[in-house]
Amino acid sequence: MATEVTMPQMGESIAEGTITKWLKKPGDPVERDEPLFEISTDKVDAEIPSPASGTLTEIVVNEGETVEVKTVVAKIAEGDEASGGGGSETPAPEAESAAEDKPAESAPEPAAEAPAPEPSKSESSKPASAPAASGNGGTATREERVQTKSSPLVRKIASEHGVDITQIEGSGVHGRVTKDDIMAHIEGGGTQTQTAPAPQKQQQEQAQQTSAPAPTAASGPTATAGERDRVEPMTRMRQVIAERMVHSVQTSPHVHTYYEIDMKRVADIRKKTKDAFLQRTGGAKLTYTVFMMKAVIDNLAKHPAINASISGTDIIYHDYVNLGMAVALDGGLMVPVINDAQDLSMVGLAKQITDKATRARDKKLGPDELQGSTFTITNPGSFGSLMGDPVINQPNVAILGMGKIEDRVVAIDGAIAIRPRMYVTLGYDHRLIDGATAEKFLSGIKETLENFDETAL
Amino acid sequence: MAATRQAGLDVRRPGRVAYADGLRLQDDLVAMRQRDEGRDTLVLLEHPKVLTLGRNAHAENVLLNEQQLRERGFEVHEVGRGGDVTYHGPGQLIGYPILKLHDDEKDAHAYLRRLEDVLIATLADFEIEAFRHPPHTGVWIEHAGAKLKIAAIGVRLSKWVTSHGFALNVNAELSDFDVIVPCGIREYGVASMDKVLGTEVDMDAVADRVVVHFEEIFDRQVAGESNGKAVAS
Repeated sequence: MATEVTMPQMGESIAEGTITKWLKKPGDPVERDEPLFEISTDKVDAEIPSPASGTLTEIVVNEGETVEVKTVVAKIAEGDEASGGGGSETPAPEAESAAEDKPAESAPEPAAEAPAPEPSKSESSKPASAPAASGNGGTATREERVQTKSSPLVRKIASEHGVDITQIEGSGVHGRVTKDDIMAHIEGGGTQTQTAPAPQKQQQEQAQQTSAPAPTAASGPTATAGERDRVEPMTRMRQVIAERMVHSVQTSPHVHTYYEIDMKRVADIRKKTKDAFLQRTGGAKLTYTVFMMKAVIDNLAKHPAINASISGTDIIYHDYVNLGMAVALDGGLMVPVINDAQDLSMVGLAKQITDKATRARDKKLGPDELQGSTFTITNPGSFGSLMGDPVINQPNVAILGMGKIEDRVVAIDGAIAIRPRMYVTLGYDHRLIDGATAEKFLSGIKETLENFDETAL
Repeated sequence: MAATRQAGLDVRRPGRVAYADGLRLQDDLVAMRQRDEGRDTLVLLEHPKVLTLGRNAHAENVLLNEQQLRERGFEVHEVGRGGDVTYHGPGQLIGYPILKLHDDEKDAHAYLRRLEDVLIATLADFEIEAFRHPPHTGVWIEHAGAKLKIAAIGVRLSKWVTSHGFALNVNAELSDFDVIVPCGIREYGVASMDKVLGTEVDMDAVADRVVVHFEEIFDRQVAGESNGKAVAS
């Protein structure tokens, strides 16, 4: 007899849970009440004991997946079959039907509910290029495919829409049908083809950055996981980043140029005013990023080509600054946007930075807060980089990278001095911006910061 | 408070404890409570500067950063569970309630809300008005129009025995929070009692009030104390 293990109800108002770790693998004997898996729901991690003794025969919901309460997450075969194979590495469990012997557990699918930085409507463009499963390739029966190549969530969606999962080409590991695949199938009228559309076609439609085109990795060498490798699904955020980066380098011929800026004046002003500033903002700090944003905003007004986008053969000039700021997160990054930054004081900018970064980390940003940027700032210097070559955040045409500020020995008026210095990089799209324009913009930033107007505070 | 069950509670206040030692202590207490031995325990302590990294945390930048963090005096501790990077350090009152929840207490969200209630009541004793800020778990205050987080909460349940708990910023060094945030940007506004009150706050006095409110809100009465610190109430 098989016992179904379900996602437990951890509280009245808790509707779903994410499996964070399986503590047993299929084939392992389990005792009733022995810890079987770990879940996570809003600020609560919980270790869930096995409801029965026997052998864990199948893991239905993989690590990283989020499912509703009471969803079946695993199956346990009870009784004598659970012969003591304690240290054995036998991959195939001895219980249950043949169909369930397949090591489906080795093929986790991308977490269906992973926090999506923004709504992506173009999953249909994902290439169906997953390597064929090693064990159950061509000979799998229909039931096996349904069982092993999809999650309960996907199967639920399939049955709700009357879709036959076996007809969908899975893009997950080992060809698993992911939630994205099935949604794309349904949105595409159930006629998703197995070949990915050419990325070039997509780009035309996507000039407004509402979605990301497919990464094109089809022609290079591909990786296959061996026994000593570990396969983990990309989070949704990771997938979006991957798509965006490939898209950007394919779209824009990147050129990078560097300036070194003397930060003494800014450092002095900051030191003098930061405490009073903190009072005024109610907790948002006067960081160097605030100064840089102010300098960027002022200089973008003088160089409209830097604050622009390309649409086909048209140039769109933006008479406002929607400033994207890259925020590193666990396992990825997001670029929240400060809209109409040209209208904000430095106090306003500091508050926005704190607010957007907070909510980026808490995954509470609305989709509209993650798009519509006209220029982007990133700060690899906060990790120690002296300079970097950032990739343009499409559909921007330029991105500014801040290096680490550090004391360096410099010659000033024929004398040796020690000054806080920072390298600044401008990455720009050479389709629209020529070197001279980029230089003028960066030299304007340098000028603004080295002679910072204190009254701007 | 008539006719309630009034279970017993041990309070342990070992002072400043390395993060790893705190974990071991919790593991021991959890195992004990799972066997239904001993009593529910509230551990109140301080940690040295430490960043705890959940399983998802070391994908990108955090590994690169680790050495720098250590150079700046942070212990870095990977914890075998999901979740974010969190900071603990001196001036934070850390509470680890190890409770075997009763049947009518077995609701993870309700448990979080009760922890928040304990801290809100404690802060009120120091004339700090604190509140919940749904959907964000934790305790918040308002300062000059901005909402700032003064206590963080994150818990673990193992067969309905609780561990981990809360971190209340009493005299916390707020700039230490910056290191877990990129771009020199703080993840959210954080506050500390001393900054709000304009004066250093006696950690023991705060811990005392936590115990009092914990007893009341969790309906457990202090039956034992250890490690020297008396519970004044």
